[in-house]
Amino acid sequence: MTLFDIPTAALLGQLMLGLINGAFYALLSLGLAIIFGLLKVINFAHGAQYMLGAFVALLLSRHFGIDYWAALILVPVLVGLSGCLLERFLLRPIANQNHLYSLLLTFGLALIMQNLFTNLYGSSGNAYPTPEVFRGAVNLGFMHLPLYRAWVIVAALAVCLAAWFVIEKTRLGAYLRAGTENPQLMQGFGINIPFLITLTYGFGAALAAFAGVLAAPLYSVSPTMGANLLIVVFAVVVIGGMGSIVGAVVTGLAMGLIEGLTKVIYPQAATTVIFAVMVMVLLLKPNGLFGKGA
Amino acid sequence: MTTSTLYPDTLQASRQRRQLQLGLALLAIALVAPFVAYPIFLMKILCFALFACAFNLLLGYVGLLSFGHAAFLGTGGYITGFLLTRYSGLTPELGILGGTAAATLLGLLFGLLAIRRQGIYFAMITLALAQMTFFIYLQAPFTGGENGMHGVPRGKLLGLIDLKNDLAMYYFVLAICLSGYLLIRRTVNSPFGQVLYAIRENEPRAISLGYNVAAYKLLAFVISAGIAGLAGATKTVVFQFASLTDAHWHMSGEVILMTLLGGVGTLLGPVVGSSLVVWLHHVLGGSVLGSWMGTILGTIFVLCVLLFRDGLVGYVQKFVRRNLR
Amino acid sequence: MKTTIKPLVAALAMITAAGAHAEISDKEIRIGYLADMSGAYRDLGGPGGLEALNMAVEDFGGQVNGAKIVVRSADDRNSPDVGANTTREWIDQGKVDVVAGLVSSAVTIAVTRILEDTNRFGLVSISASSAITNEYCTPNHVHWVYDTYAMANGTAKAIVKEGGDSWSILAADYAFGHAMEADVERTVLAAGGKVVSKARHPLASSDFSSYILQAQSSGAKVIGLANAASDTVNAITTAKQFGLTDSGQRLAGLMVFISDVHALGLEATQGMQLTTGWYWDQDEESRAWAKRFFERTKRMPTMVQAGIYSSTRHYLQAIKDTGSDEAQVVRKQMLATPVNDMFTNNGRIREDGRMVYDMSLVQVKTPAESTGEWDLYKIVRSIPGDEAFRPLSESKCKLVDTKLAGKS
Repeated sequence: MTLFDIPTAALLGQLMLGLINGAFYALLSLGLAIIFGLLKVINFAHGAQYMLGAFVALLLSRHFGIDYWAALILVPVLVGLSGCLLERFLLRPIANQNHLYSLLLTFGLALIMQNLFTNLYGSSGNAYPTPEVFRGAVNLGFMHLPLYRAWVIVAALAVCLAAWFVIEKTRLGAYLRAGTENPQLMQGFGINIPFLITLTYGFGAALAAFAGVLAAPLYSVSPTMGANLLIVVFAVVVIGGMGSIVGAVVTGLAMGLIEGLTKVIYPQAATTVIFAVMVMVLLLKPNGLFGKGA
Repeated sequence: MTTSTLYPDTLQASRQRRQLQLGLALLAIALVAPFVAYPIFLMKILCFALFACAFNLLLGYVGLLSFGHAAFLGTGGYITGFLLTRYSGLTPELGILGGTAAATLLGLLFGLLAIRRQGIYFAMITLALAQMTFFIYLQAPFTGGENGMHGVPRGKLLGLIDLKNDLAMYYFVLAICLSGYLLIRRTVNSPFGQVLYAIRENEPRAISLGYNVAAYKLLAFVISAGIAGLAGATKTVVFQFASLTDAHWHMSGEVILMTLLGGVGTLLGPVVGSSLVVWLHHVLGGSVLGSWMGTILGTIFVLCVLLFRDGLVGYVQKFVRRNLR
Repeated sequence: MKTTIKPLVAALAMITAAGAHAEISDKEIRIGYLADMSGAYRDLGGPGGLEALNMAVEDFGGQVNGAKIVVRSADDRNSPDVGANTTREWIDQGKVDVVAGLVSSAVTIAVTRILEDTNRFGLVSISASSAITNEYCTPNHVHWVYDTYAMANGTAKAIVKEGGDSWSILAADYAFGHAMEADVERTVLAAGGKVVSKARHPLASSDFSSYILQAQSSGAKVIGLANAASDTVNAITTAKQFGLTDSGQRLAGLMVFISDVHALGLEATQGMQLTTGWYWDQDEESRAWAKRFFERTKRMPTMVQAGIYSSTRHYLQAIKDTGSDEAQVVRKQMLATPVNDMFTNNGRIREDGRMVYDMSLVQVKTPAESTGEWDLYKIVRSIPGDEAFRPLSESKCKLVDTKLAGKS
C-alpha cells in the first residue's frame, strides 16, 4: 500500500503549504477589496506595499535592532501612514477622473518603488531571521511543519477576522459600508468622507505591510517579492467578486488550497490553475462568486 | 449661411493638407533614417510603434484598457518563430501571417471572455488571462521556456529578397508597420469607427440606438489583438528570436506608458510615445542610469497621469487648434 | 600525450580555411563583459568578475603590441533577450572583438549564436551547461572552468559510491538546470543508482517548500540540487526547516560555490562533498592571485572569477603572439598553447572549445577545522581532466570529427 500511503502524506503536506499561501492571498485580497470598495481604485501598488512592509522590517532590525514583534505592529503603522500621504497628495487630485487613471498612477508608483529597492539593496534576496520562539518544527505525522509557518496561518486568519469584525460590527465599519454605498448621502450626514477615504487607503496599505512582515522570515526579502504575487491576487479578487470582503478571504484561502492540490496531481499546472478557475468563474458567474453585480 | 458652411470646409481642407504634409515629411524621414541611424534600433521603434497603435485602437477609440496586450505580442512572435524554424521552406511573410492569425484567434478568445465587463474589471481580466498565457508559454516545450526561441531564420522575402541584409529588412518592416498604421487609421475613420466612438462616449445611448455594442467591441478587440500580433511577429523576424519578455505583464504596462505619453486617442500619439520610450531604453541602457530605468519610467507614468493626461501629441493638437486656426 | 595531439591536429586542419589578417582591428582590442550584475547570480561572477578581468588587462599593461585594450560591461539580468540584443549592438555599433563573462547558460547559447554569425569571439567562464561545447558548440567560443558533466560526474559519482544510490533531482527550469539534471541522471545510472523523482523550479525562486516536500515524500536517499547560487542557498535553508536531514535523507549541492558556503556558514554545510573547478587555497600561485583579488574586493574569488582572469589572460596572450585579433587566428593560437597559470598547470583547449583540466573533489570543513573566514574546503582528491569532462567520443559537437575522436 505504499503506493497509496506516500501520496496521502504528500497531499496533506501540499495542502498545508497551500493554506499558508492562501493566507497571504486572503490578506492581500482583503486589503484590495477594502480599498476598492470605497475608492473604486485598483491598488496596483499593493504588491509594492507588501514588499515595503518586508523591507522596512528588515531595515528596522538591521539598523535599529527592532525585533520581529515590534515590527509586526510598527511597520503596518508606518506603511499605513505613507499610504495616507499617497492617497491625500497623489490619488485625490485625480479622484474625479476615470478610475483607470488611478490604476495607472499606482502602477507607476509600484514601478518606482520596486526599482528603487533593487538599486539600493540588489535584486537577490535578503534573509530575515525567524523569531526565536518559532525556530524548530512540529511533527504532524505527515510532515514536519516549521512552527513559524503554523504561526503565519494563525496570524493571518486572526487579522482577517478582526478586519471583518471592524467592518461589520463597529460604527467606523458602518460608516465605511455606507460610504461605499452612497458617498453623497454620508457627506450630507456630516461625515467627513475625504478623511474616511484617506484612512481606508492607509488601512489597506497597512494590511499589505502586515502581510509583508509575516512573509519576511519565510521568503527572502527581495524587491520583486510583491510584483508576481499581486497578479495572482488580482485573479483571486476577480474570482471572489470585487465588492465582497468575505469573498476576498474565502476565495484567497480556497485558491491556496487548490494550488496546493494541483502541485500533487499535476505540478506543471500549479502556476496556471488559479487563472483557469478564473476563466471558468467568468463564464458561469461573470460578477464573481461573491459579487453582487456591476 | 454661406459663411458658416464655407468656413468649416476650408478648415477641413487646410487640416487635411496639414495632415498630408506632416505624413509625407514623416515618411521621408522614415525612408532615409536607416542611412543615418542603426537600422535594428529603428526597426525596434517601428515594431513597438505598431504595437502601441494597436493598443491605442482599444483604449483611445473604444475606451477599453487592456492590461494583457503582451499576450498578443508574445503569441505573434512565438508562433511566427515556431513556423519559420520548423518549416524551413516557409517564406518570412507567410510566417508573419501565421503569427498574426494566431494572435487574432487568441484575441477572439480573450475578447469573448472579457468584453462583457468594462473599465477596471476589463483591465484585470485581460491581465489575468495574459498571465495565464505567459505561464503556458513558460512551460510549453516549443517556446524554449526561459531559454527563449533562438535562431529564427530571416529567410527570403517572397523567396526572392534576402532579408539578412538589414536595409532590405528595414524597408520590409517599414512597409508592414505602415500598412498596419493605415489599417488602424481606416478603421477609426470609417462608419465602424464612428460607432466605436459613440460607444466610448455613451454606451447606454449606443445600445438604445440599436447597435449591437458587444459585437462592435469584440471586433475592435480582435483587430487590436491581430495588429499587436503582427508587431510581435515582425519583431521576431527582425531579432531572430522570441522570448518571454514580450509576453510578460511588464510589456503590457510599457505599452500603456507609450500610449499615455504620446497621447491616448490620437493616431500619431502611440508612434511618438513608443519612439521616446524605446529611445530612452537605448540611451539609458548603456549608461550608469540604466539600472534606474524602472524609476524613470514610473516617474513618467505618474507625471503623465497627474499633469499630462493628453500626452505629447494631444497637447500639441490642442495647442494647434487653439492658436493656428 | 598521443590522445591530446590527435584532436588538436583535427581542429587545426578545420581552421586553416579561415583567413588570417595579421593585425589588430581598429588598433584596439575591445572586450565586452556581459554578466548578471544585480540578480541571483551576482555573487558568482558579477562586479567581482569584472575586477578579475581588469586585473588580466592590467597585467598586460592595458595594451597588446601597441593596441589599447578597452573594456566595457553590461548587466544581462539573466535574460537571453537582453544578452543577445546587447551583444548584437556591441558588435554592430561598438566593434567589440570578444565577449567575456557569460553567466546564464540560456544567455550564453543565445550570444554564441551571434558570435558565430559575426565571427567574433566568446570566453565563457560562468555558464555551466555542458551543451555549450556539445550540441551548441561553435568555432567562436571556448568554455572555461566547470560544466554540468564534470560537476555531476565528480559529486554524484562519489555520493553513489558511498551508498547514496536513490536520487531525487530538483533542477532550475532553464538550460543550465536541464543540462545538470540530464548529466546527474546519467552519472547516477552509470554508477548503479536510480533516480526516483525529478522536479523543476523557476530561476530565482523565493519559496522552495513545496519542492522540498515533494522530494521528501519521494523516499529518495539523496536530494540533488541542480541549481546555483541563491537558489541553492534557499533550497538548503528550506530543507533544514522541514527537517529533511532528520529523516535520514541528505542534500547534494551539485553546483556549490565558495560564496554559497560562506553565506550558509560552516555549521549548516560541514561535511558536504562537492566538486570545484578551483579553490583559492589550492597552491602557491592561486594563493598569491587570490590575495591580490581580496585586496581589491574584500572577498575571496570564486572559481569563475579566477576563470575569467585565466581565460582573458590566455586570450590576450594569443593576440600578443599572433599580432591579430581575428577570431579564428586567435582561437587557433589558444588551442595550440597549453594553459598554465594560477588557475591550472595542465589545461588544454579541445577542438570543441572545452578547456580540459584537473578538478577537485572537496569536503566542507567543520567549524573546528577552519582557521579563517574563507578557510572552508579540504581537498579530498583531484579529478583528472580526462576523467572529469565528457570524452570527445561521446561528443555531438559539429566541430568534432567523431571517427577520429573515436580512435583516441
